[in-house]
Formats: sequence, structure tokens, C-alpha cells
Amino acid sequence: MGKQIPIVDYLVIDEGSPRLVAWEAVESGALFFDRRNADAKSGTKEFRRKQLADEGVIRSFTIVQRGVPGVPVPYVSALVDLDGGGSVKANLLNCPPDPEHVKLGMRVRMTTFVAGTDDDGTEAIAFAFEPAA
Amino acid sequence: MSGDNVWLLGTYMTKFGRHTDVDLIDLASESAIGALEDGGVTIHDIQVLGCGSLFNAQAGVGQQLQKQIGQTGIPVYNVANACATGATAMRTVYLTIKAGEADMGLAVGVEQMGKGGLLGAGGKGDRGRKEYKPSGRYGSVMQVEGVLGTGLMPGVFAQAGMEYAYEHDGVGFEQFAKVAEKNHAHSTLNPLAHYQKEFTLDEIMNAEMMSYPNTLLMCCPNTDGSAAAVLVSEEKLRTLSNEQQARAVKISASVLTTDPWTERAQVQPDVNTLTRNAAQKAYDISGVDPKDLDLVELHDCFATAELIHYDNLMLCEPGGAGEFIDKRGPWRDGETPVNVSGGLISKGHPIGATGIANIYEVATHLRGEAGDRQIEGAKVGLTHVIGLGSACGVHILEKPAQVRR
Repeated sequence: MGKQIPIVDYLVIDEGSPRLVAWEAVESGALFFDRRNADAKSGTKEFRRKQLADEGVIRSFTIVQRGVPGVPVPYVSALVDLDGGGSVKANLLNCPPDPEHVKLGMRVRMTTFVAGTDDDGTEAIAFAFEPAA
Repeated sequence: MSGDNVWLLGTYMTKFGRHTDVDLIDLASESAIGALEDGGVTIHDIQVLGCGSLFNAQAGVGQQLQKQIGQTGIPVYNVANACATGATAMRTVYLTIKAGEADMGLAVGVEQMGKGGLLGAGGKGDRGRKEYKPSGRYGSVMQVEGVLGTGLMPGVFAQAGMEYAYEHDGVGFEQFAKVAEKNHAHSTLNPLAHYQKEFTLDEIMNAEMMSYPNTLLMCCPNTDGSAAAVLVSEEKLRTLSNEQQARAVKISASVLTTDPWTERAQVQPDVNTLTRNAAQKAYDISGVDPKDLDLVELHDCFATAELIHYDNLMLCEPGGAGEFIDKRGPWRDGETPVNVSGGLISKGHPIGATGIANIYEVATHLRGEAGDRQIEGAKVGLTHVIGLGSACGVHILEKPAQVRR
């Protein structure tokens, strides 16, 4: 098996189970997935790493039928409120992409999948969610 | 009384649609000259020009426009503020007059979008040799659109609407579709709208699904068009003719907000908080109560967006947007008519022009000049636009019986 790389740096895939790790502003507790120069909530500059839960509820979703070239449709884009704080947007997998099966408030857990392979054989690992049993 | 009110003296909008036989500056010229003529003034009366054209933000569109309608050496502000670009051009002129630097100014918004496709894709192209290397603030190795959810506009606003559905009962696909049913119906009375075709609720719900729950007929089209407004200080207005004074419309509030930090906004833009803040500020400044509004032109880029803005603009009870559309509150014969122009969904959304086109619409009703679609006796109206990123512009316009002396 070749190398793997996370699709974004807030997904951590080395050692242990894949997990989302955010920047938490020490002063305000605000969470950020990207590098910030200062906290958009408090204006302070001190951050620490915070691991987020891998389960949560679907707060909102859409079922995309017309998307960008190269991305198969339909797929479900969901906004997930994670247990213990943090909200993230990702695709919903292992659930039929129709409004009869995708439900607001549905409990989901994080999973990962291979989003692509580059010319060196390195796999990009992305995260998604699936219905929690 | 306050002597430093700012008034709208003239306004104009081009036909919205696909204008393949003219260029961007032709469109801007038509609306600029139209607004000047409507106000009974000339380019030589204008002391400041605010110009908004989002996709041409670096092209000096204001100066290009001057070369077609009059180069008088006045300051030009070329502004860009996403879908709030037109409202920002308007407010730039408003502020200049408020500051006493000018007593008359011209705001122009213009966009030529052609068949632009879906907006919001952005991101990394896959050109040449593919090698995954983290880059950017998220350390992403590839385009994440469609891989980590969607940021395409129909989907972003679908998720904004579905979030409201999660928080409030009585909101679903049908309520969102009813918004489009209304706006398409309204557009049949507006000869300037891009589309003027009525659709049944069934036709709307069964149209091609773009991003559930937004079908094709619930999404605004890419449109070409321009709109303009001439603003004047109250002091200057008093020196103008009776006819000019009689048609002038008071700008009772001009507000621009951005999105304050909220928890989820980094992954799903929060279009609610900044809209609520702008609306509240506009109501406070003007002393107008939402119940006083005779008509509202709000930012229905997608049907899901319009529904949540009923609540954000306080046109309905908190949480009551679903009920509001169910009881036809925003129809032209309802409690508070919303988007009697046909809205962005049917009138079209030439981004830079939209924020001034909605001013045109409300002002035209307040003047009693809206023809077949006139809301009878309209005295006060509100306009709203929101651009992702985000920026929100709200204006409240009023038609007093006469200019106070």
C-alpha cells in the first residue's frame, strides 16, 4: 500500500483512528479548522489544538444533483454539529441520497474514504459521515 | 427635523435578461443616463459616482462609464462587496452626501454574466502532473468541492434553508417551493424581469432538482443588467422644482453590516445574523416598524433564502416563516408584499446591479409609477441584499406627502 495524506490538515490520520483536530482560541473557546492570525471572536492570538468528537447530529443538509465536473452526483452535503462542540461540513455516505432517508437531526459518525490518488500513488484521505447505528 | 436627510431624486433600471448585443458599459450608460433624466438633472450636477460591478471590480468601470456619459473630474468609487455590491455603491454615494462633500451623486450597478453556470465552485484545478501537496490555510491537497460537502451556491442556500427547517416546525420543500411560485407569478406583471412566466407549485417541485430542496425554478438565473440612482441632499432638493420634489423618495435608513463571529459560519455561511443586525439597525434609525412596510424587495437568490429572510427581517413572527408563506403573507395582496418585481428568482440577479434594482423597484412603487404591478398607496418599503463572505445592505425608503420645509 502506498502513502496516504489527509485531504485537509485538520483531519489527522497518523496513529490511532482518524480524527478532526481544530484550533481552539484559548480566550474564547472558538474553534477554527484553518490557521488564523487571531481569534475572530475575541481578537486574541493564543490557540491550542482540540480534538473533536467523531459523532454528532445532522443540523442541515442538501442533496446535490448538479455539481462540479468530475464529482459524481447525487451526493449529500451535511452540516454536522459534533458532540461536545464544533460544526463541520462533509458528505454523508452509506445512506440513500433522498429526503426519505436523510433526516434532519439524524445521528451520524465520522468515517473516511479515499478521495483520489496522485501520480506518485499517494492517496488523499477524506472524511465523511454515515448514519450511526 | 434633521436637515441632512438624503433623498432619491431619480432612478432607472434596464431590462434584465441576456444582453448579447451590448457591452457592460452600454448597460451602465443606459441606467446612468436614465436615472439622470428621471431626476431631471445632468451629469454636470453630479459630484460623486459610486459604481459596482463585481466581476469587473478591477476594470475601473466607473471611469469607463464616465467616458461614455461625461468626464467631469468628480471622485469615482469602484466598489465590490459580493452580492451586496450595488447596495454598497448606493451607500458610498449616500455617505458622501451625508458627509457634506457632495449635494448630489450617482450610484450605478452593472453586471454582464452571460451563461455563467453555477457560482461558488472555486478551488484547485487538476492541471498537469498530479501531486498531492498541502496548501492554503486548510492544508488541502485537492479541490474539496463535492468531497467535503458543497459550497456551490444552490447548495449553500439549500443548507441555510434546511437549517431553518431543522430549528422550526412547518417548514419543508413545499414551503420553499411556494416562495418560487409567488415570485414567478409576480414577475408576470414586471416587463423588466428576465423571465415573466407563471409556474404551478407542482411544476416548480417537479422541475430539475439542483440541490435539494432547490429545483431549477427555485434558483435565480445568471442575468445581464444595470440599475442606477441619483441621490440628493435635502437642502439641495429644496432648491429643485416642485415636480422633482414631488417625485423624490426619502432614504430613511441606509445600513451595511458584515457577519459577526458565529460558531458554524466557518463551514456554512451564517446569512441570518448580519441580516437581523442590519434590519434592526434600519428599523431603529428610521423609526419604521416591520408592520409599517408596504413592500419589501429581499435577496431571494434561492427560494430557501427568501423564506428565512421573512424571519430575519422580522416580517413574520419569530420562527413563523413557514406559516407566513402558507397563508400567502408575502404575496402582492398579502400582509407584507415581498418581491413584487419577481425577485432575483424571476427578475434575475446581475450581481452588481441587484442592490440598486431593488431600490428602483421600491422607489417606483412609492412614487405610484409601477403600472400594472403597483402596490396601491405604498408609502414605505425596505430593500435587502446579502453577499456571501459576508455583507448585508438594507435600505428603508419612504414617501412623505411632501418635502418638509
